[in-house]
Parts: sequence; structure tokens; C-alpha cells
Amino acid sequence: MRLSPDEMIFWQYGVIRLNGTILFTWGLMLMLAVGAKLVTRKLSTDLKRSRWQNLLEIVVTGIEKQIEDVGLSHPEKYIGFLGTLFLFVATASLCTVIPGYEPPTGSLSTTVALALCVLVAVPLFGIEEQGLTGYLRSYVEPTVIMLPFNIISELSRTLALAVRLFGNMMSGTMILAILLTITPFIFPIAMSTLGLLTGMVQSYIFSILAAVYIAAATRDHKSKPEPDATPESTNNDSKRPTHG
Amino acid sequence: MDNITLIAIASIVTAGLTIALGSIGPALGEGRAVAIALRSLAQQPDSATTITRTLFVGLAMIESIAIYCFVVSMILIFANPFWGHAITQAAGK
Repeated sequence: MRLSPDEMIFWQYGVIRLNGTILFTWGLMLMLAVGAKLVTRKLSTDLKRSRWQNLLEIVVTGIEKQIEDVGLSHPEKYIGFLGTLFLFVATASLCTVIPGYEPPTGSLSTTVALALCVLVAVPLFGIEEQGLTGYLRSYVEPTVIMLPFNIISELSRTLALAVRLFGNMMSGTMILAILLTITPFIFPIAMSTLGLLTGMVQSYIFSILAAVYIAAATRDHKSKPEPDATPESTNNDSKRPTHG
Repeated sequence: MDNITLIAIASIVTAGLTIALGSIGPALGEGRAVAIALRSLAQQPDSATTITRTLFVGLAMIESIAIYCFVVSMILIFANPFWGHAITQAAGK
């Protein structure tokens, strides 16, 4: 039994082999890029617009709102990275309705690559926001003793991101394959519907966790003027100027 | 009983135990988290979006423990490194 689309080999020349993961990833990239190009070719700003533009606007504003809710105040700076992660993982799981397709996120190599992107992007955004020393100071935040634990948590959460997505996607295809041998007709359809839902939830969680990590890295640790930093009081203080 | 049989028995039994024991804790934790989230949703329907988002993220965190167990048991059954090692040794002889 195949554990991942890594083992579907379409073409091989020496050590270079074209497996299912790479091929499906290219297909998704092509679909997303060509689709976005076709939709944004003729954009309109008045009320008469194409339905595809409406769809993309819903997606973009939805992602922007979610990023803003996490605590990043300028979502347009991060939507390029987080939105791409979300859209890739979401389409990778949505396309499982196509027969013969297996999600490339069901291979550990893809999810590790995505998680490594997050691992690299978080310090970059953090350094851009609060400078090199400011970012490095966040590692020794309560005391210096926490330095190794902070570094370990940085690495372990990357591993968790990768294995979570891989496990969920792989379990979906694996359960389908096992069920097809036991109850071949109706039940696998119900499970693949459930797989679609799981894929959407996982893509949401992957991007929202990346957003949470970026928000934690870009938060300024020094600007806390209130002596009592309870969440309620800071929320009220930050909301009051918008009303007044 | 030769080595290959022993490895097979140990892998299969351990895979079952892994997923069985490893799903108890996350199941209890997720049930508790959902129950408390539903209660706070009933008490404060205004902050539904925040509660739901935090619930989803937290559930993913809890669920990942069960997913780790699942991945380990899948590796033990379908991609066992010890089994592969024993097979190559037996073939080499």
C-alpha cells in the first residue's frame, strides 16, 4: 500500500525522478497562477464585475480579516505569504474530488517544505518589524534561562506543523483506500466528504498558526506602558480611541 | 520464531497499542475543550468569532498528539525500518 504520492513514479532518468508529489504540485501551481492571471486580467472598480472577481475579492478580504483578527495590524504585508499558504493547502485538499488525484500535502516532503518556509519567514518578519536586536531579545524574554526552551519550541512547532498536516492528509487517503476494500460503494463517499472538511480546517489551521507565530515574533515587547497588563484592560484601552 | 516474525509481532502489537492508548488523552482533552467553548459561546454570543477561532486552533494543537500516534503506527505497519532491515539481511544471506 502506498503511504504517500511520493511512490507514484511517472518518469525517471538516473537519480532524477518525477513522482506524484512533484507533478501534482506543479499542476496546482499552474492552476492557481493561471487562474489568478486570467481573473485579474480585466478588473473593474464599478459595481458591474465578473463573478470570478467577486470570488477572489471574497477570498482576499476574508483572509485579510482573519489575519487582522489574529493581531497583525497590517494584513496587506503578510497576505502574500499567509494567503499563498492557505490557498495552496486548501486547493490541494479540495482537488481530491478529481479522480486519480492525490493531495501533494499527503507527502511529508511537501509539508516539511511548507513548515520550513514558516520557520524562515517568522524571524524575517520579526527582524523587519522590531530590528535584529529587538527580535533576538524576544528569545531571552522572561529570563536568560528560557533561551534553550524558546529555541526548542521554535523547532518543535515547525515539526508539529509539518507532521499535523501530513498526518491529516495521509490519514484521509489511507482511510479511503482501506474502506474501498471493505465497503466499496457508499461509505467511502461519506468519508471523502469528511476529508474535504478536514482539508479545509487543516489549511485554515496551518495558515492561522503561521499568522499566530508571526504575530508573536512581530509584537513589540517594550511598548507596554500599563503597569497592569491584564487582557481586558489593554483591550479596553486600545478600543477607546476608536470610539472617541 | 525467527527474527522477522518477532519484528512483525512487535510492530503490529505496538501499532495497535500506540493508536489505542494515544487516542484516549486527546479525546478527553478535545471533549473538554469543546464543552467549555460551547458553554462560553452560550454565555457570550458576541465574541463567537474569537471563541471559535481559538477553539479551532486549540483543537488542532490537541489533535496533533493523536495524529503523531497515528503517524507512528502507520510507519510501524507500512514503512517499518526494522522490518526492511531484516528483509534485506535475509535476502543478503
